[in-house]
Amino acid sequence: MRALAAFVALAIAGAVALWLLTAPSRLDADIAREMEKPGDPHAGEIVFYTGGCASCHAKPDDPTHLRGGVELKTPFGSIFTPNISPDLEDGIGRWTAQDFAASIYDGVDPEGRHEYPAFPYPSYRNMAVADVRDLWAFLRTLPPVKGRAPPPGFSFPYNVRRAVGAWKLLYLPRMAPPETVTVADTAEYGSYLVHGAGHCGECHTPRDFLGGPIATEALTGAPMPTGKGKAPNITPAGLKKWSEDDVETALSTGFTPDGDVLGGAMGDVLRNIGHLPKGYVTAIARYLKAGR
Amino acid sequence: MRLTILTGAIILACIGASFADDDPIKARKALMDANGDTSKPLVPILKGQAPFDLATAQTALKAYMETAEKAPALFPPGSDKGKTHALPAIWQNKSDFEARFAKFDADAKAAMASVKDEATFKAGFAPIFKDCGGCHELYREKE
Repeated sequence: MRALAAFVALAIAGAVALWLLTAPSRLDADIAREMEKPGDPHAGEIVFYTGGCASCHAKPDDPTHLRGGVELKTPFGSIFTPNISPDLEDGIGRWTAQDFAASIYDGVDPEGRHEYPAFPYPSYRNMAVADVRDLWAFLRTLPPVKGRAPPPGFSFPYNVRRAVGAWKLLYLPRMAPPETVTVADTAEYGSYLVHGAGHCGECHTPRDFLGGPIATEALTGAPMPTGKGKAPNITPAGLKKWSEDDVETALSTGFTPDGDVLGGAMGDVLRNIGHLPKGYVTAIARYLKAGR
Repeated sequence: MRLTILTGAIILACIGASFADDDPIKARKALMDANGDTSKPLVPILKGQAPFDLATAQTALKAYMETAEKAPALFPPGSDKGKTHALPAIWQNKSDFEARFAKFDADAKAAMASVKDEATFKAGFAPIFKDCGGCHELYREKE
């Protein structure tokens, strides 16, 4: 009897602890303060294309009309991307800079709810605050557009948003964004782009059965979430037959060393890369060839 | 007797099946591989690492035109099954798929007439490379 009571008490304590632990976190005070400084929309435009925002939130021919509504197929059901234009009703026009930072760094929306990690905040949170601030400044300059996305088509238990809190405990280690980032055509900056705004690992890193990235197998290639095809291994081992110049050529022209032209989801990526300064592509190629 | 008919029918069915789904896939792959082979030497020219060569450019254009002419017929219904990277979207958007081959053909023909030197090469091939990527983006998924 006593054992049962102890068990029940433990179970309740466990449930309470889990409930508290899965609560959406609040934005770090230092980041919140940093976000108050004005951002540079011109620099933010480059962050916008590095982050590939338009690929999910706009139509290919209209990258700055961020009405969302694009269907993303995941193994757990379909999700529709939100409107992130500055529209007051349908978009994020009422958000503050801090709301935006909470979404990028913690995957938490202004109502304090967890966002599904189909939004690649597990990568975006590696961005420096200055970049996030500039991106926010740029987004504010874009036209407001009407239109709301349908709710996610997830089935139980994936439709329980609180469960995302448990997912975050497993896959989002506590960390602070990098303080100083030097823009240069170096492997170091390439690493920052690949693992941060560029979010390459979201497709190229394999996931476990809960959809969490397998950190020890970063960038080693993974099946596409759409079901058909594979995002290739882009570690130095996977790119063994490619020179640094080959990687840069593929990212800037689409051509692979065997005369093929990249397609699939990389088509969108190439369109975004087309807006980046050349040094960015060099940096990415250097990093991918040099490795971690 | 019955067994013979049955065996015969099975053999015929197998032959039929192998013709029906192996052939178009193999044939279209051969065309695409040839495109890759003839395009390969264009990349260093594009990047200014090799001098422009008219014969190289025209060989590639001929391969593209051959593909544009033959490929649309090599995607019969059901040939999304088997060893192929072709996506079912081809058969859901058949008219767009074929229109893209027609544009590919027109762009290759235009380049055949216009490409004379490095500058006209870059201008003439730019829309063609876009055609390649555009189709691969929508209708092909590499393993």
